[in-house]
Amino acid sequence: LRRAGRVSAGAVHWKEDTSMSDLNELADLLPQSPLGLALLLLFVVVLMYLGRSQAHAVIRALSQIGHNAFRLAADQVVAAQDRLVTRNREVLLEQGREATERMIEREFERVNTVVGRDLGGYPALHRKLSDQIVQIDEDYRQSTESPPQPPEWVRAVEIISGIPSNGDPVVGKILGDIHKALSSAQKDALEEYRKSSHERHRLLQKMLPFWRRLDRTLSRVDGTIRGLDERSQVIDRQMENYEQIRANSDDAVRTLSASTMTVFFSALLVLMIALAGAFINFHLIALPMSEMVGGNSAVGPLKISDVAAMVVISMELAMGLFLMESLRITRLFPVIGAMDDVMRRRLVWISFVILTTLACVESSLAYMRDLLAADREALAQSLAGVEAVRMEFRWIPSIGQMVMGFVLPFALTFVAIPLESFIQSSRTVGGNLLALSMRGFAGGLRVLGGFVDNVGTLLVHLYDFSIIVPLRLELLIQRRREEVPRSSQTTHDHLKHLKA
Amino acid sequence: MSTKMKRVNLGVLVLLPLLLSACAETVPRTKAVYLLVDTSGTYSEEIGKVQAITNYLLGTLDSGDSLGLARIDSGSFTEKDIIAKVTFDPRPSYTNQQKRAFRQKLDRFVTEVSGSPHTDITGGMLQATEWLNETGAGHKFILVFSDLEEDLREGYVRDFGMDLSGIRVVALNVTKLLSDQVDPREYLERLDQWEERVTTGGGSWKVINDLDRADRLFES
Repeated sequence: LRRAGRVSAGAVHWKEDTSMSDLNELADLLPQSPLGLALLLLFVVVLMYLGRSQAHAVIRALSQIGHNAFRLAADQVVAAQDRLVTRNREVLLEQGREATERMIEREFERVNTVVGRDLGGYPALHRKLSDQIVQIDEDYRQSTESPPQPPEWVRAVEIISGIPSNGDPVVGKILGDIHKALSSAQKDALEEYRKSSHERHRLLQKMLPFWRRLDRTLSRVDGTIRGLDERSQVIDRQMENYEQIRANSDDAVRTLSASTMTVFFSALLVLMIALAGAFINFHLIALPMSEMVGGNSAVGPLKISDVAAMVVISMELAMGLFLMESLRITRLFPVIGAMDDVMRRRLVWISFVILTTLACVESSLAYMRDLLAADREALAQSLAGVEAVRMEFRWIPSIGQMVMGFVLPFALTFVAIPLESFIQSSRTVGGNLLALSMRGFAGGLRVLGGFVDNVGTLLVHLYDFSIIVPLRLELLIQRRREEVPRSSQTTHDHLKHLKA
Repeated sequence: MSTKMKRVNLGVLVLLPLLLSACAETVPRTKAVYLLVDTSGTYSEEIGKVQAITNYLLGTLDSGDSLGLARIDSGSFTEKDIIAKVTFDPRPSYTNQQKRAFRQKLDRFVTEVSGSPHTDITGGMLQATEWLNETGAGHKFILVFSDLEEDLREGYVRDFGMDLSGIRVVALNVTKLLSDQVDPREYLERLDQWEERVTTGGGSWKVINDLDRADRLFES
C-alpha cells in the first residue's frame, strides 16, 4: 500500500510538473512588456466584442442542449417509473388476488369439511332424533297417572251395607264380612296404585338420558350451524375484498400495500431470528466438523470445516423447504404443488427422514463438540499449571447441546413460511422503493437541467461583463446617433416655423 | 435470454467471487514456530521461562500448525539438537494428544538439561530455517531464547549470510551479560548485529524481553 501510495503520489507530482511546464510554456508565449500585454488584452476584447452574437448563440445552444438532454432523461425516467408503478400495482393486485383466492378456497374447504362431517350425516341424525322423540313420547304416555278404579261390586256392597240389620245377628255377621271384604279390596287397590306410581316414576327416570342426549345432539347441531354462519360471514368479507381487487380499486391497492409492508417487516424480523438460530446451529457443529473433514484446509477465506457446517445447515433448510412445500403450507415451488398426492406424500416422508437424519447427525456433533471443548479446557488448565477440576453436573450442558442440535433443524424448517412471505412482499416493497428512487432521480435530473440552463444565462452575462467597455461605448454611440437626428429634426421644425 | 440461461448466469455470479477468492488465497494460513533454547553457561538458568512460552505456544497453535523445540549448544546445526517437533493433526482431538506428548518431552528436557561450553546460535538458526521451510507453512517464526552472545568452537565457520526470507525472527528474554553492565553499548551492538544479519537475510526481526507480552509474538 505504501508503495502504491508512493506511486500514486509520484503520479500526482508528475502531473503537477506537467501542468506547471505547460503553464510556463504558455507564459513564455505571452508578451513580456505591459504595452504588449495591454495590446493583447485589447485584441482579445475586440475579438470577443466582434464575435459576441455568435458566442451568445453557442453558449445558449450548449446550455439548451444540456437542458434538453436532462429534461429528456428525466421524462424517460418518469415514464419508466410510471411503467414500474403500473407493474407494481398489477403485481400487488395479482398477489392479493391469489392470496384471497387461496383464503376463500380454504374457507370453502373448511365449510365442505363441516358439511361433510356434521351435516352429511343429517338424515341419520334426523332419524336418531325422531327415534328419541318417539321413545320419549311413548315413555311419557306410559307414565301418565291413571287413578285406580274401585271394583264394580263395591257399589253393590255399599247398597247392601245400607240395609238395616234390625238386630238380626245373621245380618250383622254378613255386614261384618262385607266390611272385611271391602277393607281388603281397598287395601289391594291402594297397593296396586302404589305399584303403578312406582312404574311411572321408573319410566320418567328412564326418559332423563334421552332428554339429555337429545339436548346434546341439538347443541351440536346448533354449534355446527353457528360455525357455518361465521364461516359464511368470513367468506362474504373475503369475497368483498376479492371483488374490489378484481375491480382494480384504489382502496384494494392501498389495503394490500399496507398489508404487504406489515408482512415484509414481520417476515424480516422472523428471518433475522431464524438467522440467529442458524448462527448458533453453525457454532454447535463447526468445531466437531473439523474432526470429520479436517481443520486446516480452506476454501478461500473459509475453513473447510466451516463450509461443511454451512452445507449441513443449508441442507437442513432445503429439506425444511421441501417438507413445507410438500405439506402445501408454502407455495414457492409450483412443481411440488402440482405433484399428485401419492408422489407428494412420498416427498413428505423423504424430506422428513433426511431432516431427521441430519438432526441426529447434528445432535451427535453437538455432543462431540462438548467432549472436544472439555478436552481442550483440560489441556489449557494443565498448560497453565492448574490442576484440572472435574466439574459436577457436566452432563447438563452436554444434554442441552444435544437437544439443541436435534431441535434446531426442525425449528429451522418453519423458516419456509416467513421466507415465502418475505420473497413475495419484497417484490412489492422493492418495487415501491425503486419507484421512489426513480422519482427522486427524475427530480434530480430536472434540477440539473434547470441548472444547466441558468449556467448558460450566467455565462452570457459573464461574457458581456468581460467586454463591458466596448459595450458601453456602443451604447453611448447609439444614444448619440439617436440624439443627432432628434436635434436636426428640432432645428428643421424651428426653421419651418420661422418661415411661416 | 431464456430463464435457464438467466439461472446459469446467476449461479456463475454467485460462485465467481468465491472461486476468485479461493484462487487469490495462495499463502497457507498455517504457522510454523521453531523455538531455539540456549543451554550454554549461565543462560541455562533461564530454562524455566522456556516452559512458560512453550505452554503459551501449545495453547495458541492449532490444527495444521507446526512447532519445533531445539537447543543451542556447541554445535547446533544438527537434527540431534531437536528436542521435539510436531505438525498438529487436522483433527482437534488428536491435536490435543500431540500437545500433551510435546509437553511431556519439554518437561523431560527441562529436568535433564545440562549446560554446553559453547554457543552456536547461527547453526541453530540454519537448522531452524531448514525445518521451517520443509513444513511449507504460510507464516514462519524462529523464537530465539538466548542472550545472543555467540561463542563458537574453534574452527567453526558461521560468518556468512543466512537465507531467512519469509521468516520472522523473535529474540526472547535477551539477558544482559556482566560486560553489558559495564558498557551497555555492547548489548545494543549485539542486538543491532543480529538484526542486520536477519534483515540482510530477508527475514524480519523483533525483540521481546517481557514475556508477559507473549501475545505480541505473532504480530507483524
